[in-house]
Amino acid sequence: MIKFWGWIKENYLAIVTPVVLLLIWEAASQLGWIRANLLPGPSAIFMVLVELVKTGELIINLGISIIRVAEGFIIGAALGVLVGVQVALVKKLRVAVSLIFGVLRPIPVIAWIPVLILWLGIDEGSKVTVIAIGSFWTVLVSVVQGIRNVDIKYLEVATILEKDRLTLLTKVILPATLPALFTGVRVGIDVAWRSVVAAELIAASSGIGYMIMYARELSQIDTVLVGVLSIGLTGIVIDQLLIILEKRLLKWNVNIHEA
Amino acid sequence: MSEANTNPQILQFSKLNKAFKIGTELIEVVKDVNLTVKPGEFVSIIGPSGCGKSTLLRLVVGLERNFTGEIRLGEELITGPGVNRGMVFQEARLFPWLTVEENVAFGLGNSESKAERSQVVNEHLELVGLSNFAAAYPSQLSGGMQQRVSIARALVNRPQVLLLDEPFGALDAITRIHMQQEIIRIWQAEKTTILLVTHDIDEAIFLGDRVVVMSKRPATIKTIISVDLPRPRDRNSFDFVKLRRKIYTEFFSEVEVPFAYSI
Ligand SMILES: Nc1ncnc2c1ncn2[C@@H]1O[C@H](COP(=O)(O)OP(=O)(O)OP(=O)(O)O)[C@@H](O)[C@H]1O
Ligand SMILES: [Mg+2]
Repeated sequence: MIKFWGWIKENYLAIVTPVVLLLIWEAASQLGWIRANLLPGPSAIFMVLVELVKTGELIINLGISIIRVAEGFIIGAALGVLVGVQVALVKKLRVAVSLIFGVLRPIPVIAWIPVLILWLGIDEGSKVTVIAIGSFWTVLVSVVQGIRNVDIKYLEVATILEKDRLTLLTKVILPATLPALFTGVRVGIDVAWRSVVAAELIAASSGIGYMIMYARELSQIDTVLVGVLSIGLTGIVIDQLLIILEKRLLKWNVNIHEA
Repeated sequence: MSEANTNPQILQFSKLNKAFKIGTELIEVVKDVNLTVKPGEFVSIIGPSGCGKSTLLRLVVGLERNFTGEIRLGEELITGPGVNRGMVFQEARLFPWLTVEENVAFGLGNSESKAERSQVVNEHLELVGLSNFAAAYPSQLSGGMQQRVSIARALVNRPQVLLLDEPFGALDAITRIHMQQEIIRIWQAEKTTILLVTHDIDEAIFLGDRVVVMSKRPATIKTIISVDLPRPRDRNSFDFVKLRRKIYTEFFSEVEVPFAYSI
């Protein structure tokens, strides 16, 4: 409880600012300064939100998108870790893939969407693959950099104690890489979440992006806004969950407890 | 492990040379080092900064390659790392993601059973006086405690030779004196051969059976001084002070003595 009040004392502006802005916005729409068919007031949007939650439309579509992100991210991140470890540790492999990766990595995930729709259709396959591609690169890069930055001092300790490669990997290299990997995962999920919405906006028959597009066709600006804002809210929730997870898993990492 | 393995053995350096390539230049770092360390002996090594003391220890532990000459431990010719030699670096080099207990256990091989491992680890934590901190993370320990964990990790394999590279260099004077007494106690309990690099003349005399004085780079052995003082030693005894003066003169014979050495 004391902790809570302490938090409020330090961060009350984070709450007060949006509340003030919402009040101004609300007043402006009540007074008719903003046209309601372009930007309804917060209270009107909130009513629609309640309505959409009640009918289940919002939750179902958000849920579908979140599941796609989860699936795609797990596939992409797992491949990213597996390939990243190999690439970081085996010099020959690193050289072999350097040009290919160099060309493929800068391609924005969105650019793959048309390709994937042609290959896999507009169902789950293309969405999950888009997310997998996006998270693959971010996780791969963080793993490779994390491993290549492992302090040689730690490696020397393992060397003089004659550790085998497996112990070296699991007890020294991977733990040392975890903080970098976690940063990669956070960025990766962010990328994944953006790309799923993009993919659904372009072509889909379900998901939050689809809900937004469909409402746009019906000119339901309030539903569009509820959809857009819920993307942001979901993003912040996911990020906070990851921060909690990171603090739990990396208890030893003093650096993250400060932040 | 056979008896021959666990008993300390003679450590011999003969005609040892090591050079590093920096840019295109070859820089001699260790030059013509010949030294015989008796089994169970405590040898202190002092020398100017950057002369090659750490390199000498790294050669013994097998971290440096491309040298000429020989290092032998008993009959064995040293060509690479091995668990019969343990090393404590200037920084504790503990893994921050492992607890104290896990860090010490990291020193062990995979052969022992779980029960054996935890017993050996506990014994060594007791030896360095940290039984109560088994579950702590290194970041929760003081510098001196971290260095003690590092010593325990180097000792769990019961190495025949323990190499200490300025292990107390980063500690304050009081903690250092305390650690010096600890290391003597550990040495007497474990009966390993110890090579200690230090820049502290007092420390060298207080701990060593002999003090090896190295020249500036490339490191050659300038003199070896036997410390025939009974243990525990008194840093303020007449003989101790006399030895200190002798080593001090030896140490600075290359350079002008910068100031009067007062005790
Ligand atoms: N890996 C390396 N590559 C090139 N030169 C090196 C390397 N390691 C050490 N040297 C050089 O060898 C010399 C001796 O280094 P070393 O670390 O052995 O000195 P030291 O006697 O332990 O010094 P200090 O007391 O400051 O720790 C230095 O001049 C250093 O530049
Ligand atoms: Mg050194």
